[in-house]
Amino acid sequence: AMAEQKFRVRARALVCVFVCVVMCGCGRDDFQEELVIRPLHSGDIYTSFQFRTLWETDFTRENKVSHYRLFPKSLGQVISKFSVRELHISFTQGYWRTMQWGQPYLPSPPGAELWVWFQDSLTDVDGTWKELTNVLSGIFCASLNFIDSTNTVQPSASFKPLGIGNVTDHRFLRYATLPREIVCTENLTPWKKLLPCGSKAGLAVLLKSEKLFHSSFHSQAVHIRPVCKDDQCKTTSWELRQTLNVVFDLHNSGQGKNEWSLFKMFSRTLTEACPVASSSKIYIDITDNSQGEQFELSPATPLLSQAVVLGDRRTFSVYDLTQQITFGTMRSLNLLIRGKSSDMLRPLLHAERYVAGYGLQTGEIHTLMYNNHPYRSFPVLLLDSVPWYLRLYIHTLTVTSKGKDNKPSYIHYQPSKDRVRPHLLEMLVQLPPNSVTEVTLQFERALLKWTEYTPDPNHGFYVGSSVISSLVPSIVAMDTNNSRERPLFSSFFPSKEESSYFVRVYTEPLLVNLPTPDFSMPYNVICLTCTVVAVGYGSLYNLLTRSFQIEEPSPGLAKRIANIIRKMRGVPPL
Amino acid sequence: MGLLSDPNRRRALISLLTRLNTPICIVCYMAGVAWFMGLAFEPFTLRTYMSENAMGSTMVEERFPAGERALATGREFSAHKKRTGGMPVEWLMKTMQAKGLEVFTQRFSRTLPFPDENKERYMVRGTNVYGILRAPRAPRTEALVLSAPCSPGDNNNQAVGLLLGLAEYFRNQIYWAKDIIFLVNEHDLIGMQAWLEGYHHTNTTGMDWSPLQGRGGSIQAALSLELSSDIITSLDLVLEGLNGQLPNLDLANLFYAFCQKIGVLCTIQGKLQRNDWDSVSGYSHAVQTMMLMVMKQASGRPWGDHGLFLRYHIEAATIKGVNSFRQYKTDATTIGRLLEGMYRKLNNLLERLHQSYFFYLMPSLSHFVSIGYYMPAFGLLAVILLLRALDLWVQLSTPPQRTEDGSSPGVLSLLTPLVISHLTGVALYMLPIRFQEMAVEHFPVSETEAVVLTAIAVYTLLSPGTEQGWRVLKLVAVLYLAVLLGCTALINFSLGFILALTLVPVAAFVTPHVPKVLSAFILVILSPACTLLFSVFFFQELQEMPISFQDGWLLFLSVISQGILDHSLYGSLVYPLITLLVYPCWLLFWNILFWN
Repeated sequence: AMAEQKFRVRARALVCVFVCVVMCGCGRDDFQEELVIRPLHSGDIYTSFQFRTLWETDFTRENKVSHYRLFPKSLGQVISKFSVRELHISFTQGYWRTMQWGQPYLPSPPGAELWVWFQDSLTDVDGTWKELTNVLSGIFCASLNFIDSTNTVQPSASFKPLGIGNVTDHRFLRYATLPREIVCTENLTPWKKLLPCGSKAGLAVLLKSEKLFHSSFHSQAVHIRPVCKDDQCKTTSWELRQTLNVVFDLHNSGQGKNEWSLFKMFSRTLTEACPVASSSKIYIDITDNSQGEQFELSPATPLLSQAVVLGDRRTFSVYDLTQQITFGTMRSLNLLIRGKSSDMLRPLLHAERYVAGYGLQTGEIHTLMYNNHPYRSFPVLLLDSVPWYLRLYIHTLTVTSKGKDNKPSYIHYQPSKDRVRPHLLEMLVQLPPNSVTEVTLQFERALLKWTEYTPDPNHGFYVGSSVISSLVPSIVAMDTNNSRERPLFSSFFPSKEESSYFVRVYTEPLLVNLPTPDFSMPYNVICLTCTVVAVGYGSLYNLLTRSFQIEEPSPGLAKRIANIIRKMRGVPPL
Repeated sequence: MGLLSDPNRRRALISLLTRLNTPICIVCYMAGVAWFMGLAFEPFTLRTYMSENAMGSTMVEERFPAGERALATGREFSAHKKRTGGMPVEWLMKTMQAKGLEVFTQRFSRTLPFPDENKERYMVRGTNVYGILRAPRAPRTEALVLSAPCSPGDNNNQAVGLLLGLAEYFRNQIYWAKDIIFLVNEHDLIGMQAWLEGYHHTNTTGMDWSPLQGRGGSIQAALSLELSSDIITSLDLVLEGLNGQLPNLDLANLFYAFCQKIGVLCTIQGKLQRNDWDSVSGYSHAVQTMMLMVMKQASGRPWGDHGLFLRYHIEAATIKGVNSFRQYKTDATTIGRLLEGMYRKLNNLLERLHQSYFFYLMPSLSHFVSIGYYMPAFGLLAVILLLRALDLWVQLSTPPQRTEDGSSPGVLSLLTPLVISHLTGVALYMLPIRFQEMAVEHFPVSETEAVVLTAIAVYTLLSPGTEQGWRVLKLVAVLYLAVLLGCTALINFSLGFILALTLVPVAAFVTPHVPKVLSAFILVILSPACTLLFSVFFFQELQEMPISFQDGWLLFLSVISQGILDHSLYGSLVYPLITLLVYPCWLLFWNILFWN
């Protein structure tokens, strides 16, 4: 018994030492989780999860990192092996309806989007990019391996690094989208596995695929970037942000009752925060609900938080999951939101795109950009990446606003090469206030080689979303009479960080039909018939046009030789 | 090719062809007509079958419950329509919004080239209202359209009601993979044309419309609904579209399959299917059905709102509810379930409908004749032209006195009739619209007068020509007609076949040496204008609505004006084809007859 006791003590000490080592060595890793719920104008519910993992290591100094605590090892190895400086990847199923839902917290185009900044020490960027997409394809169980030179571009201005560092040479940037990628459970599971608590505890408990995919919009993303550790920015650390945005439809499963709870949305309730999380919070946007007329929350929370989000001052109710009191006596949290719906919005900036024309020879891409600001114009960066099989006629590019020609102040155009690279068009366009700016561009549809058609050629071919990036004047800055909370002296000049905010808008992808041979039996029949007709016609033509003459049978060899000799002698032939 | 390269055999073949030319031509003509009539005989036709896998094996369950409520909505719509005296735009927008759609409107206006007497309109101004049901988790790349026209009077209220009812029901379903656009178009085809042009941002006919605000990507298929009573006895499927284009046969198959499944009587050309194909009456029923389709297709006009979609490669059909005195009744819930089933199957489509036929004739809803079967009928007629051309060629090349004659006929003597007849065609094409201010009331009459007058004018203008001259002219005319009819038949078989039926005999027999008066009479009888006149009577006969000659003449005139309107409003090509190409070709034969 004594020995056993001793052993226990020793073991306990050992564990203590081990824990100490862990805490001292890499204990500065940090994990935060949060969920924002925002009842939308259309009556839908927008839920946005963010999981942030900070990793205190510096790849640039020490090359070999073998110890991982909260940061997923698979991604850490990717960063170090492929000299990644920044990595942004998103998988989206559905299209964000700006007109009904307003701006999303994190925009993303339908399908898969991947953009990566590499370290400027890297020499073979294209080769690394190819390897990286294949590795990510395996990690996220997605068809990212279909990213090759025909759909990769190097935008010159639209995608700037979001982390620290001022490398802006776009030779180290690669951007690609796969508009056709379908996102499903198989992509969600590997994404959840990157979380330190998996889906066992914390907010991730709510992520049940049967509910997440029973929604109007689903988008999941991973963002990796270097950030400063302190104010001085002496040391850096890696930030991994995993985000998941879902819009739930009231109509589809609510049976007309506008009553929502965490349980109804996710078929789970919350019982605890993730134990390793330093912060675990739920924010509920109650800005439109100051008097409680739109919806009511239960259980109510006394905590309120204010922030300027997307240029608008918003108020949030906050539930802190690290506090036991949040869960009340039931030891579980189930928020109930009762709401009603209202009609369409006029977001300051939105865009749409479509293909005009008919027939299978030519067409025209129209991109419409709306500036709904009543008095301020602002510039936007438009990025278009169009596959090579739509041959753009760049001389037909027109930009018009309010019926007048609107000359872009910056155009970067890289023509396509057949089967090698896509068209890239970037433009800086000034959008006049309260206007629609229309960009049109004609194209010709190429006839592909027959092996280049997809197995379903009659479905059409996708053209990825255009990306519109802009600094939009904020609503807060617009509201000059707002002196309720702020002293007068502070509100004359709008402060910089509130006067405008960054917005990225993705248009819908296009589905374009190319001239397609009929890969079927009647097609063969037509080919065969045409051959027969051609042969028949040939003989008929022959009959009609050729004139026949009866010719002497050809002379024998001796006679021919004799004739040649006679010819040389200048005597008439035999 | 030994047969043709051997001069002896070649001579034998040629002499055979020239000697037996007339009998062969007659046999070919008879065979062509007989082949065509045989197409409606059921053992010679194929049963329809679903070719598209995505629509075939996948089962869907129809659950639409709210037919009565849809009819109530239809009555409400009718009340609002009466109150506003047109399209109740506000009410429709509010209703669609309440059902959870994204609602948009489009205004359009159009001044017709001359007043349309059938529909009593000249300056048309209207508004289309459409709501888009956004499919969950779909990126706005594909869409389906369900449309119902807002017709004057008490027509089609039930169609709009059912459309709104379906919108409400569809909104609550999760399975949609394509956006669904619910469109209520004003002024039937004009509104539809405006909407389609707006959606695809093209302007082919010079209409004024306001740009569309909301879109759903590329439209995969569309159905247009026409219902005018609460209870119907059968549903009629209309397929014929602009310029004789037809939707993919799978769309018809889909409709037929659901009618069978749900148990709704379905018709095509308003004719029920009969099982007694072996009896004479059964066969004549099938012939009538097919002939109606041929006549409608040959007219080149859209026979329903769906007809305009086809230009944009969107498979579309119109479904018409018919209320007759039959015993079998169907209520709105059943029609709603039928439409729900069709849309769910269309929603399952992975590719555009392309598996089945685009060129077909239907002697009944369950049987079809594909292009491979009906083309020989036309081929047999067209081969007559080639045989005649061969005959003429041989005649032109063999006689040795050609050299004595001085020279072959000059290019000028050949060009003159060609140019003049085409100028006449151009005049015929331009005049009706140019002179409409002068003769707003009577222009169709003046148009037919123009035919006769110009024909005679051409005849008197001609200078005398040689024996060789008319042969060369006829050779050119016959080959011209062969190419013209061949191309027409490839695009619109029915039109090509009907024209071939009348013009081929003309082309075959006409020479300057036949009796002039009789031949001239026959030539006029077989002219395109008279063909149209006969077709009008024949069509009425087929629809079991025979009319007197007086009414027939009036109908004939209105058909001509409709044809011109179709051309200027929707871009139908039949009118320019007839005036610019077919009629000059006929004039060439007229020239040959009066060659001296």
